[in-house]
Amino acid sequence: MDLNELLKVADAERKKQKAVRVHCCTSTGCQAANSLSVKKNLTNSVIDSGLSDRVEVVGVGCMGFCGRGPLVQIDPEDTLYEEVTPEDAPSIIDALNGEVAKPMQGDSQHPFFTRQMRIVRQHTGKVDPERIEEYIAVGGYQSLYKAIYEMSPTEVVNEISKSGLRGRGGGGYPTGLKWATVAKMPGNQKYIICNGDEGDPGAFMDRSVLESDPHLVLEGIAIAGYALGANHGYIYVRAEYPLAIERLQKAIKQAKKYGILGSQIFESSFDFKIDIRIGAGAFVCGEETALMQSIEGKRGNPIPRPPYPAESGLWKCPTLINNVETLANIPTIIRRGADWYSSIGTDNSKGTKIFALTGKIRNNGLIEVPMGITLREIVEEMGGGVPDGEVKAVQTGGPSGGCIPASMLDIPVDYDSLSKIGSMMGSGGMVVMDRDTSMVEVAQFYMQFCREESCGKCVPCRTGTVQLYELLTKILRKQATPADLEKLEALCQMVKETSLCGLGMSAPNPILSTLRYFPEEYQELIKNNSLHPKVAL
Amino acid sequence: MSVKTLTIDNTPVAIAEGATILEAAQEAGVSIPTLCHLDGVSDVGACRLCLVEVENINKLLPACVTQVTEEMVVHTNSPKLQEYRRMAVELIFAEGNHVCAICVANGNCELQDAAIQVGMSHTRFPYRFPDRHVDVSHSQFGIDHNRCILCTRCVRVCDEIEGAHVWDVAQRGENCYIASGLSQPWGEVDACTSCGKCVDACPTGAIFRKGTTSAEKERDRGKLEFVVNAREKREWTR
Repeated sequence: MDLNELLKVADAERKKQKAVRVHCCTSTGCQAANSLSVKKNLTNSVIDSGLSDRVEVVGVGCMGFCGRGPLVQIDPEDTLYEEVTPEDAPSIIDALNGEVAKPMQGDSQHPFFTRQMRIVRQHTGKVDPERIEEYIAVGGYQSLYKAIYEMSPTEVVNEISKSGLRGRGGGGYPTGLKWATVAKMPGNQKYIICNGDEGDPGAFMDRSVLESDPHLVLEGIAIAGYALGANHGYIYVRAEYPLAIERLQKAIKQAKKYGILGSQIFESSFDFKIDIRIGAGAFVCGEETALMQSIEGKRGNPIPRPPYPAESGLWKCPTLINNVETLANIPTIIRRGADWYSSIGTDNSKGTKIFALTGKIRNNGLIEVPMGITLREIVEEMGGGVPDGEVKAVQTGGPSGGCIPASMLDIPVDYDSLSKIGSMMGSGGMVVMDRDTSMVEVAQFYMQFCREESCGKCVPCRTGTVQLYELLTKILRKQATPADLEKLEALCQMVKETSLCGLGMSAPNPILSTLRYFPEEYQELIKNNSLHPKVAL
Repeated sequence: MSVKTLTIDNTPVAIAEGATILEAAQEAGVSIPTLCHLDGVSDVGACRLCLVEVENINKLLPACVTQVTEEMVVHTNSPKLQEYRRMAVELIFAEGNHVCAICVANGNCELQDAAIQVGMSHTRFPYRFPDRHVDVSHSQFGIDHNRCILCTRCVRVCDEIEGAHVWDVAQRGENCYIASGLSQPWGEVDACTSCGKCVDACPTGAIFRKGTTSAEKERDRGKLEFVVNAREKREWTR
């Protein structure tokens, strides 16, 4: 396939598409709310009402407003229907004929939508993730073509460096620097790994990207392969994401058929294949060294770094490992240029970030926002605030992150600001808590998670998390003394500083941040000690 | 081959490139506590006892897997490191069921030695008293999981030196245990060559030779009568 043929496919697809497209979300969240029956009924209603010549029903990816699914959106008139039931289908189709629709219309002009800036999610909710032609019709794979034919590998790496893109998996390591390191490593065999082992409680950004726009991720991986001189990529997806796996498999098959993946891509000398590896349920396998062990077929235990994967990764070859969202940014950066990308965001955090807005908040769902937006804008304007209550804290970064108190909501969301206040960007989970939430219980919840997910290799994480959990339990049972609180803090520091991998190093963060911003909740529980009533703090 | 010079606890030391901080420390006569390290097998950096401070690096580094660099300045025994090491040993003691008085390794145990070396007199953490098992199905050896500290020396020695790979780690986190074969009784694992390397590698009394436990003392009282008979009645057989 060459560029002309690619454009021809795009053209043919655009011509084939009908004037009115009824988008019905078929992502995991909406599917669980019965969206497949909705889609079936919509299709039947179109046939019944004789609109087949100008209306088509398309199963699309996630539209973001997951708390109100199943979602149906009419393109191009941009009407949004929320919480649609299969019985609503006929009236939605009738509305296309000028009849008054039932009042389940959503507000597509709500800040939840209008404040977003969609780069990674630009096509999600608009294209059918199961058909490569739809992706090609919106300009898909042209960036890969551009990279191969108009840019040298070094130019691609430089473009990514210039864009200021940083790792979206949580650490925020400059992507360009990582790419340049792998590109400069000697050796003929290199690997690209796409980390889709998203495991933070309450986070589902990567799932939605993989389910809704798998080709975007494939294109990003292939561009990375071209830039770094690798010919083999792996996507590591957790087994809990069956729909993402199914759609990726389909997408890889379709891309191969078109000659966009495999040997001699776009009839060039660049070969690249992508394989899927499925996780077996361990959170720690999202840690890069453990993930590579897992791909090699070994027990998913982290190993000490250095050597870093860029130097000695998969099967001891130089390996690039990037998160799904990071790689999904690549095609757009190549298409629109580093200067455009770096104009978005703050000085040190460029571009956009997807957040999974969950917890005690009116508008649950996925949002993609430019870096530097404040937490208040996200939580209060876009999220609509807490229903019947007030925000107490926002937890970012999952079990590795921290709780940010309501008083700090005006902080801009970027890598440096969040880590400065003891939390982290993390992969993008954002859990909103209201006044009824006990912060000690929150800390205990995350510690239970870390305790269960520790691989058990190193002493501080394996046994330290257990003791931390037990100390928190003791505090919650009002049986702890001030000495226990001291012990808790000392052990937090020890686990943080001595653990082998990121899981252990960041496991105490939820405790440390709640101790820092909500010390009175701990002290209250100790003051009201039920075993030793005379203990004074 | 080039040589790197560095300073460990104010002692200058020169060592071949590629050597670890632990090896350099041995060269310099500085003792760093270890538990999962075993000369002759690969290092995993799991016990975290050998963590050291290196100037201008803001995290603690495991001496067993960190290679020396030129003009590196290493501190192995700062108050913070002493505290963390003591805490790590305390955590290990609280995690398993370590009762020295009834252990085959009492007096000859690296965990005991580590406790003495880091100055641990008691553990500040409550004992977990886990429900762990003992496998004595092997004809010559036994494994008492109560005493296991999951250093994985047995796993590595069996895999890397004997080439049998009888051992591996099963489960995760606090539920980890050293499994033989496909989590079968040790005695039923065909791969085991009964070489006994794991017994020699084990730092504690977790893997032991049968007949050495305190409960297994066999008394040959008949021998006394035999000796007397031999002397007095010239009976040389029994």
